[in-house]
Amino acid sequence: MVLILFSLVAGLLIPVPDLPIIHQSIRNLFFHVGMWFAMLVIFTISFIYSIRYLSGFKTDNDIVAQEASKVGVFFGILGIATGMIWAKFTWGSWWVNDPKLNGAAVSLLVYFAYLVLRNSLNEEQKRAKVSAVYNIFAYVLLIVFIGILPRLAQGSIHPGDVNNPLTVKTMDNHLRLVFYPAIIGWILLAVWILNLRIKICKIEHKMNTL
Amino acid sequence: MAPMLVHEIKHLVLKDIRLELKQKYAINGIILYVVSTIFVCYLSFSRIIEPETWNSLFWIILLFASVSAVSKSFVQESRSRQLYYYSIASSQSVILSKIIYNLLLTVILSLFCFGVFALLMSDVIVNHGIFFMALILGSFGFASILTMVSAIASRTDNNFTLMAVLSFPLVLPLLITLMKVSKNALIATTWAENSNLLLVILLINTVVVFLSYLLFPYLWRD
Repeated sequence: MVLILFSLVAGLLIPVPDLPIIHQSIRNLFFHVGMWFAMLVIFTISFIYSIRYLSGFKTDNDIVAQEASKVGVFFGILGIATGMIWAKFTWGSWWVNDPKLNGAAVSLLVYFAYLVLRNSLNEEQKRAKVSAVYNIFAYVLLIVFIGILPRLAQGSIHPGDVNNPLTVKTMDNHLRLVFYPAIIGWILLAVWILNLRIKICKIEHKMNTL
Repeated sequence: MAPMLVHEIKHLVLKDIRLELKQKYAINGIILYVVSTIFVCYLSFSRIIEPETWNSLFWIILLFASVSAVSKSFVQESRSRQLYYYSIASSQSVILSKIIYNLLLTVILSLFCFGVFALLMSDVIVNHGIFFMALILGSFGFASILTMVSAIASRTDNNFTLMAVLSFPLVLPLLITLMKVSKNALIATTWAENSNLLLVILLINTVVVFLSYLLFPYLWRD
């Protein structure tokens, strides 16, 4: 929480380098990028717990996988919202056809599909098993997609690309001072929310089985 | 183990083909589906002026046709018949045989789709070698992803809606890559320029088959 507060306050107050096009909107870096990192971490947790579920069939692992995917979707939506605002002010439109943005949209669609799949199954054991299989299948494909396609497509205008000069290396020290704590802060916040949700879900589960 | 697996796969694939030839339901249905969809496009567009529109339209039609072709693979088998397979064959050979059978089905489907499309909408492809390579690798990808998704969807009650919802986001990356390759085939490009994209498609296919091989046993056991 302290880290998030720090990134909120410092993110709005510190002097930033005046880069072309981006200008002051660089401050969004601390929020937008942080949310995506948090989402990826949470989806990875979901993936790991799905594997753990399939190797032991413990309901607790399935609960973690389910809640992680929900929290991940939440952070994904926040990430898209902040990204869209940023895009509106730098690129001039809410959405552009860019491999990175499409990757983000596809990953959200996949996890929405995962949640729909969960809802469509009533039997608990079967639901856990089938959705764990889908989760693993989808996550690996997503990683392949996000990892490879943006590199192949020339001319992504999204920063952080090989061809794009605006990478972490071009950040100045002020930015980095806030950027790294901000990322850690968002990830920790996401994990904290996840933990709360898992506890609630486990209690509900226990009450239902009583 | 390996020769046993090959033996089982061979028989399961032959079984599916024989079943198909006897009923002639899936293949005829799909052929009619493709023809009527393309005819509707032909009537509404009358002529495709932009080669890029031709390209997108072709792949979208092919995607929908393959979804409806492959989604039958697990749904049409009754629970008791699945139980029978379970007792005589290993789950790995079941999924591999389904993938191989669907691969044959989608290759036939995509070649046929291209034929009708070229007939009605005129053939705008310049480099046919690259295009057919993309077509075959693409059918392979569609077949493998959709087979696994249909196995997942067949476990639920309303599997037709879910089939589309679950498979589209997963097929999308493959579809984008395929469209890019075939867009390159619309202009004169060399193999060297497309080798990277084709390799990506091949990589996706390999990953999918490997994952299906690993994960299917969990779906199979109930």
